[in-house]
Amino acid sequence: MIFNENQTILKKLTVFTAVMFAFGFALVPIYQKICEVTGVNDFMRPEAVKNTQVDKSRTIKVEFDANTRNLPWNFRPEVTSINVHPGELTTVVYEVSNTTARDMIGQAIPSYGPSQAAEHFKKLECFCFAKQTFLANEKRLMPVVFVVDSNLPKDINTITLSYSFFEMPGGVPAVNTAPAGKLDSPKTSAATLDKSES
Amino acid sequence: MASVPHDHGHDHSHDDHHPTGLMRYFTTTNHKDIGSMYMWFSFVMFISGGIMALLIRSELFQPGLQILEPERFNQLTTLHGIVMIFGAIMPAFVGFANWMLPLQLGAPDMAFARMNNWSFWLLPPAAILLIGSFFVPGGAAAGGWTLYPPLSIQAGMGMDMMIFAIHIMGASSIMGSINIITTILNMRAPGMTMMKMPMFAWTWLITAFLLIATMPVLAGAVTMLLTDRHFGTTFFNAAGGGDPVMFQHIFWFFGHPEVYIIALPAFGVVSQIIPTFSRKPLFGYVSMVYATASIAILSFIVWAHHMYTTGLPVAGQLYFMYATMLIAVPTAAKIFNWLATMWRGSITLETPMLFCLGFLFLFTMGGFTGLVLSLTPVDIQLHDTYYVVAHFHYVMVAGALFSAFAAVYYWGPKWTGWMYEEKHGKIHFWWSLIAFNITFFPQHFLGLAGMPRRIPDYNMQFTEWNQVSSIGAFAFGIAQLYFIWIVIRMIRGKSGIRAAAKPWDGAEGLEWTVPSPAPYHTFETPPIVK
Repeated sequence: MIFNENQTILKKLTVFTAVMFAFGFALVPIYQKICEVTGVNDFMRPEAVKNTQVDKSRTIKVEFDANTRNLPWNFRPEVTSINVHPGELTTVVYEVSNTTARDMIGQAIPSYGPSQAAEHFKKLECFCFAKQTFLANEKRLMPVVFVVDSNLPKDINTITLSYSFFEMPGGVPAVNTAPAGKLDSPKTSAATLDKSES
Repeated sequence: MASVPHDHGHDHSHDDHHPTGLMRYFTTTNHKDIGSMYMWFSFVMFISGGIMALLIRSELFQPGLQILEPERFNQLTTLHGIVMIFGAIMPAFVGFANWMLPLQLGAPDMAFARMNNWSFWLLPPAAILLIGSFFVPGGAAAGGWTLYPPLSIQAGMGMDMMIFAIHIMGASSIMGSINIITTILNMRAPGMTMMKMPMFAWTWLITAFLLIATMPVLAGAVTMLLTDRHFGTTFFNAAGGGDPVMFQHIFWFFGHPEVYIIALPAFGVVSQIIPTFSRKPLFGYVSMVYATASIAILSFIVWAHHMYTTGLPVAGQLYFMYATMLIAVPTAAKIFNWLATMWRGSITLETPMLFCLGFLFLFTMGGFTGLVLSLTPVDIQLHDTYYVVAHFHYVMVAGALFSAFAAVYYWGPKWTGWMYEEKHGKIHFWWSLIAFNITFFPQHFLGLAGMPRRIPDYNMQFTEWNQVSSIGAFAFGIAQLYFIWIVIRMIRGKSGIRAAAKPWDGAEGLEWTVPSPAPYHTFETPPIVK
């Protein structure tokens, strides 16, 4: 009878172990949901700007950085830095060209330095909100419209906005692993503002 | 009566029906054989991890690069961590559990004897994968024992070997834990209620639950790394919508309880030894049980204090800071209970007690630096500096390792039938204590001055304390060769003093009612506990 009780405990603990293994994977959607609900780390959708008061007393230097990873594209900002006042609506343009002879899909991911600046840097429009399809040798100018929030901590005078462009498998649904509402948000005007020069 | 030395090998009807030679160990289901194998395995891994540590300390003896390529240095820091945690400390305490739990609970063996054999024999293949990864193209994993992406996704095949080793060691730990839980819940002698169990059994019961709750999560995390590396998933890759920081959240869901998986059995050992050599029962037994359980529960809700610099929201930083500081409360309850146990006790300072006092002193210091690090603003300054290295070596080495030494000296006579040589044990203690502090105390200064960890080179200003630390590390390493010499002399009976069934006059518990060395089969008819 001790043997039977041992078997019962063994079964329960084995089930518990399996549940915890599944829980490890469940943490992935759980964290995505938490970030979505709390707005943490959510820089991939257009943001609303409530207060449009321009604070002329402060000048913030915004630097632009562009990188590609394993992607044979040319990607650079038209200006490398710009001075803005908090609350001021600003548009900058990035130049992107596909240097290959095949059609490709890319996705840009933003990051910020210093990281505390991220939540105060509001993008109203950005090519990073959607996947970007580039035909062979296509070249486009793509805008970013942003406002630096006037709540930006006083000790931050320079913000670096850095984009990395990654290749998305064309037509292959690898992008489906992206969290809903982040990468698959509706195409913004960024994609339609094509000024094809090629 | 039991103290009379006698040859018990022949007065016991069931003895010695087992294969001999190597096959005995491959096929054994005996908890004592398996416990011994765990301990030998642990010692071999301890020496391997120690050699890695000494290579690291040799490189850090001077600024600049002398003997190691930076890549090799990173591989050594990574593997030193994994080998010491999963190869040395955890198997040592599983070994103690295997040997002592059935004896302490009055059970004939572990609940699942065959599975016990599997749990052990999974470990050597994992060790071969880990050590072997140094010799594959690209070398061993080099991104730190925490395996953070993106480094762990970009690394070479050494990382795959590490991932498989973690899967195997995780499976081993889970099976071992299921065995321990079942043994404790179901195999206790009649009359031994839960609240009469020795503290070592209690701490292991709680530890085993921590293990089966967290090891599967680690297995899941490294599986995600594996699929990110080879099968096109993007759990931790920003290009596909993943997030490398999420790995840290999942990893530390395992990683923080892991700290207590290492510490709690050490607390259990200390809770056995201090009453023995104070000749008083453990003060506050019930509060000890509850403190252990609270530490275990709290360990699940503080994980992000390892991640203060990842840009957590301020509310999150505050929560994790306060929650972390809360752990000091049950931990302090345990420390004060041990002190109260010694209060007005009739204390003698044999080697096991010396190691426990060393544990108490140094673990408390490690706990205090832990409190310092729990403060978010301080931690942001000290993150990834040598202060952190000093902190966790105070709790891991002076905590877990010292209590493991104490356990070997305390239970060794029961295992071998011979006393160790007290003079050598004491020298080993003082030598280890002094060398340990020479090694790790200066690392506090280095960390406060800003020396980063996991870097093979450093600024000139850090030279002197690094040299002191390196000298201490070699002295500590040699002390451990001295330790194994003492243990081998104990096994061979060089002291000439046979161990009585109860070699310590203040000891309590069923394990001291069987002869020394404990016969191959014990408690085939369960004892009655009053």
